[in-house]
Amino acid sequence: MNVPLPETAGFLSTLRSTILDVLPILGLILFFQFVILRKPIPQPRRIITGGILVVLGLTFFLMGLEKALFPLGRIMATQLCSAEFIGIAPGETPLWHDYGWIYLFAALTGFATAIAEPALIAVAMKASEVSAGTIPQRGLRLAVATGVAVALVLGTYRIVTGTPLHWYILAGYAIVILQTLFASKSIIALAYDSGGVATSTVTVPIVVALGLGLSQAVPGRSPALDGFGMIALACLFPIIAVLAYAQYRQWLLTFAKSR
Amino acid sequence: MPSWSYTYPIAKMLRGIGRKFLRAFRDLVPIIVVIAFFQTVVLRQPLPQVGEVLFGSLLVVVGLMLFVEGLDMGLFPIGEALAEALTRKGSLFWLLVFSFALGFATTIAEPALIAVADEAADVAATGALIPDNAGARADYAMGLRLSVALSVGLAVLLGVLRILKGWPVYVLIIGGYLAVMVMTLFAPDEIIGIAYDSGGVTTSTITVPLVTALGVGLASTIRGRSPLLDGFGLIAFASLLPMIFVMAYGALLH
Repeated sequence: MNVPLPETAGFLSTLRSTILDVLPILGLILFFQFVILRKPIPQPRRIITGGILVVLGLTFFLMGLEKALFPLGRIMATQLCSAEFIGIAPGETPLWHDYGWIYLFAALTGFATAIAEPALIAVAMKASEVSAGTIPQRGLRLAVATGVAVALVLGTYRIVTGTPLHWYILAGYAIVILQTLFASKSIIALAYDSGGVATSTVTVPIVVALGLGLSQAVPGRSPALDGFGMIALACLFPIIAVLAYAQYRQWLLTFAKSR
Repeated sequence: MPSWSYTYPIAKMLRGIGRKFLRAFRDLVPIIVVIAFFQTVVLRQPLPQVGEVLFGSLLVVVGLMLFVEGLDMGLFPIGEALAEALTRKGSLFWLLVFSFALGFATTIAEPALIAVADEAADVAATGALIPDNAGARADYAMGLRLSVALSVGLAVLLGVLRILKGWPVYVLIIGGYLAVMVMTLFAPDEIIGIAYDSGGVTTSTITVPLVTALGVGLASTIRGRSPLLDGFGLIAFASLLPMIFVMAYGALLH
C-alpha cells in the first residue's frame, strides 16, 4: 500500500504552474478589453497589483500545502487504514464499524479543509457583500464545512461497505429537491453554488488520497472502481447543509418574531 | 487608538498586516488541530519533520492572506468591470462568446482535471472499455478533458443567459438532476464514478471568484435582476453539466 508522495514542490515550479493556470484567463480578459470593448482597464495599477497578489498568494499556499500538509494527510490516511491499526489479523474480513477512527478522521478533515478553502472564502466574501451582511461569511463557511464533513463520512462508509455510489447521489438529489420547495428564494442560487466551491485546491487532493488509500486497504475493493465518488459527495452535501442552515435561520427569525 | 499610529504610518500598516495575518491563521487552525489530535492521541506518533511542517504552514497562511487581498483588489473588480462593460456594449453575441470562452479556457488546462482524466483512462483500460495501450489512453483522456471543458463553457453560457432572461435557477438545476438520473441508467458502470467526480474538480480557485464576479456584476447591471437571487448559480451549472457530458461521452464510446 503506497499512496505516492509528491516531490517537494519548489517555488519556481509552483509559480510556473500557477502562471500557466492563469495565462488563458489573462489572454481572454486582455482580448476582450482591447479588441472587443476597445477600452482601457479601469484602475489598471490596482487591478494588476491585485492579480500579482493572487498569483503569488496561490503559489505560497500550494507550496505550503505540498510541503507540510498534504504529505502528512496522506501518511495519516494510510496509517489509519492499515490492518495493524484497525487490529485485525491478515485474512480476516473487517466489519464496517472496525473503521471508526477513519470516519472521524474523514469528518474532521473534511471540515478543516473546507474552512481553509480559498474559493469558499471568495464566495462567502461576495455573498455577505451582496446580501448586505444578512448571509454572514462565517455562517456560510461553517455550513459548507459541515456538509463536506458529512459527505466524507458517507463516502468512507460507502467504500468500506461497497454500496453503489449512485444510490447516495440520487438520495442526495431527492433531499435537495425537497429542500428547494421549502427554501427562501434568496438562498437557492448561492446554496447550489456552494457545492462546486467546496471542492477545490485543498479538499480535492486530500479527499482523493483518502478515497484511494481506503479502497486499497479494504479487502475486496479496487482503487480504480471504488476510489472515485468522494468528490461527488463532497460537492452535493454542502448544498443540503446550506439549505438547512438557511431554513434554520429563517426558523429562528419567525421564532423571535412570534415571541 | 494610540496617536503614534498616525505619526508613524509604517506602524499602522504593520498592524493592518498583523490583523490580516491573524485572520488567515484562524482559517488554518482546524487543520492543525486535526493533525495534532490524530498524530498524538490516535496514532501516538511524534510529528515527523516539525520544522518542515511549521514552515509549510507559515507559507499557507501568508499565501491565503495575499490571495484574499488580491481578490478584493484585482479579481473581483476586473470580473465586475468586464460584466458591466459587456452589458453596456449591448452585444449579446460577444457576452455569450466571453462566457463560453471563460468556462472553456479555465477548465481545459485545470491540473485537477488532467489528473482525473488520466486516472479515468487507466480505469477504462482496465475495464476493457478501450484498448489497453498508451495511445488509446491518451485519446480517451483528451476526449474526456474536451467534453468537460466544453460542458463548463456551455454551463457558464447557459448561466449568463439565465441571468439575462431571469429564468429561476431551481428549474434548470432540478432539470439537470433529472438528466443526471436518466444518464446514470444508460452510462457504463465504469464511467459513473468519474462522471460524478468531474463536476467537483472543474471549479478551481481562480475560476470561482472570476465567475462569481461575472454573475454578480451582470445581475447588478441589468435592471430588474437582484445580485443575490440571480447573480449566483453559475458555478452550480459548471459543476452539474460536466456530469451529464462525461456520462454521454462514456455512453457514446460504449
